Amino acid sequence: MFYRENGQFKTSYAADQEIFTITQDKWFVWGLIAFAALAVPMLVDEYMFRAILIPFLVLSLAALGVNLLVGYCGQITLGAGAFMAIGAYAAYNFMVRIDGMPLIVAMLLGGVSAAAFGIVFGIPSLRVRGLYLAVATLAAQFLCDWAFLRIGWFTNNSSSGSVSVAKLEVLGWIIDSPVEKYLFCLAFVVLFAFIAKNLTRAAIGRQWMAIRDMDVAAEVIGIRPMFAKLSAFAVSSFFVGVAGALWGFVHLGSWEPAAFSVDRSFQLLFMVIIGGMGSVMGSFFGAAFIVILPIFLNQFLPFLGSLFGVTVSTAGVSHAEFIIFGSLIIFFLIVEPHGLARLWSIAKQKLRLWPFPH
Amino acid sequence: MKFRTLALAAAIASVGLSSAAFSTAAQAQAQEQFFPVLVYRTGAYAANGNPWANGYVDYLKLVNAQGGINGVQLSYEECEFGYATDRGVECYERLKGKNATLFQSLSTGVTFALTEKATVDKIPLVTAGYGRSESQDGTVFTWNFPLLGSYWVGADVAIQHIGKQMGGLDKLKGKKIALVYHDSPFGKEPIPLLEKRAEMHGFQLQLLPVAHPGVEQKATWLQIRRERPDHVLLWGWGVMNSTAIKEAQATGYPREKMLGIWWAGAEPDVKDVGAGAKGYSALTLQHGAEPDSKVVKDMLAMVHDKGQGTGPKDEVGSVLYMRGLISAMLGVEGVRQAQERYGKGQVMTGEQVRWGLENINLDQGKLDAMGFAGVMRPVQTSCTDHMGSSWVRIHSWTGSKWEFSSDWYQADDKVLRPMVLDAASKYAEEKGIQRRTAEQCAQ
Repeated sequence: MFYRENGQFKTSYAADQEIFTITQDKWFVWGLIAFAALAVPMLVDEYMFRAILIPFLVLSLAALGVNLLVGYCGQITLGAGAFMAIGAYAAYNFMVRIDGMPLIVAMLLGGVSAAAFGIVFGIPSLRVRGLYLAVATLAAQFLCDWAFLRIGWFTNNSSSGSVSVAKLEVLGWIIDSPVEKYLFCLAFVVLFAFIAKNLTRAAIGRQWMAIRDMDVAAEVIGIRPMFAKLSAFAVSSFFVGVAGALWGFVHLGSWEPAAFSVDRSFQLLFMVIIGGMGSVMGSFFGAAFIVILPIFLNQFLPFLGSLFGVTVSTAGVSHAEFIIFGSLIIFFLIVEPHGLARLWSIAKQKLRLWPFPH
Repeated sequence: MKFRTLALAAAIASVGLSSAAFSTAAQAQAQEQFFPVLVYRTGAYAANGNPWANGYVDYLKLVNAQGGINGVQLSYEECEFGYATDRGVECYERLKGKNATLFQSLSTGVTFALTEKATVDKIPLVTAGYGRSESQDGTVFTWNFPLLGSYWVGADVAIQHIGKQMGGLDKLKGKKIALVYHDSPFGKEPIPLLEKRAEMHGFQLQLLPVAHPGVEQKATWLQIRRERPDHVLLWGWGVMNSTAIKEAQATGYPREKMLGIWWAGAEPDVKDVGAGAKGYSALTLQHGAEPDSKVVKDMLAMVHDKGQGTGPKDEVGSVLYMRGLISAMLGVEGVRQAQERYGKGQVMTGEQVRWGLENINLDQGKLDAMGFAGVMRPVQTSCTDHMGSSWVRIHSWTGSKWEFSSDWYQADDKVLRPMVLDAASKYAEEKGIQRRTAEQCAQ
């Protein structure tokens, strides 16, 4: 009834090439961004910002980066945590070593450094694919774990191996309250989501998808696999690197290499698989599922227990959290192997006909 | 398919609703002194995290059973974080909104992550026996309290003890000491002090990191077998400790030559190895296993016999249980001290508790009255010294229990103090913090 495109005619090429061709979609996305930027800061408390929304936004951005590589270009990676670490440590070093380095420039340079390493570790993708490539990218993970733990230079010779950042400041705007941090992250995420959406619609995105669907055929129609694969690695690592810088600078404030361990790489890959491969929206769903659900369960279960007069022990809650979280992953993968994004698009499809299905 | 979307929508809606419900519930408990309890009862470190948490919570129950702090009852809430830094920070954010008195995270990683947040939120961080060593300097680290001892104290005493065993610190010249450490901020903390001591006495320090969680140590111990260091310092936690002792047994490294930090000297670390760990020694944070102390007897009578005990009864008095208990006691005494100044029988804010923690003065008489006779020595904190005491004893595993095997040691202030001041100044400079002056301290 509300969601139908009847009567929306494209009268120019520009209109035909818009990101959101359906007017309702356009209004929904703009409404969502406006809600996130204007209404959310007034509605939620500090805990929501610091513990839920900021990690959700930053990991969405990282998942988006991984999705470009895994979902769009079909190159499985288990090194995403490493590229986050490179982004964070590179940005840290640019900040510490160059006086007066602006924060945003340092973060973007962190992304660029990650992209450079992404290209280097993407080279094996020219020869190996699938699971073998995943194993090759694991090398990036272990190399970075090792380097940031052992080489004192990267951590500015901090004795404990933990680095921390001083004040965050952008053009005189000092980012210290949770709301400001949230808005800062939100700006990054919105911008990068639009970039990602556009990249995937552009020539380069189509090359990636061609490589993903069948690389031999893609080569035959004139797509250079080296350029396509390495550019996917570079762009993906750039996204992930910027997310890493945000994770370290804005969310953690001080961190150690364990913050970007192999667990993080797996987590990001799972976000993409559960959220939906090859879907920008899916990255956000996946991040929400993996970041928010465990915390929600952890708080909801004691609450649920208290409704029935049962006190659940802390350990019990934690075990139950793992059990339920695990079963939900299996449940979603069985009912919808294409991820939560696919559920979303099915829902949209149904809405077109609602309330009068055939 | 529709049902699924509905279920999904319902799930999302309930996330929003319940978070609203939690925040309203938080405001209801203003009349009690609220102690947030960060615990890890699951995960790789649960065996060690559990007794600590039980001791901590039991002591809060004991204080309540004895009438609270000048009549103020204590409330508490546990938050499980599994020794993961990001979940620990989430717990902190969750519990700080409920009028948290002070935080004790039992994780050096979480302490590092919270050090800057606590300053902004004005909540003291008590890290009894862990955390950042330089935070002893209270003029820079206003909100950190590494009470009873830092890792630099531990490292200093460890070298003193080894020197004493050899018949003098000068005998250390040319000797080899290996540090087997948990590869995290926790394990790396002692390195600067050990390096300094190595320079002073001319021994060779060998650094052998072990990756989290520490079950894979074959390579480390092969290296020890090859290099044969004269002593091994073990800076481990959780399953890493028992693995290290088993590996030492397997490689034939004498357990008598091994000395653990106080986090590597509890029952879970050696019980599985049993007789194989005989002779292994560890530092103690003043106390060891204290099943005969008065506080433990009170605990059994007033809490456990009433069916209020948090954990199993036979663990009461074990090393880590006592560590948790003493940690809670120090926090409670901080609140009590704050009440002396800001009003007896009232609920204290984080800022007031901070003053209390900075002015703790537990002399032997007070400790004995609370039932800590023979368990610990006096603690007195000040603005410049947030540690309050640096007494350490060594205990050894007899094959069935821990027994004290040394006299009291104290960290050498001539070594420790300049390092603390240097590191704190460096931190202050990086963060743009002004040292508190004497007048600010007196406030």
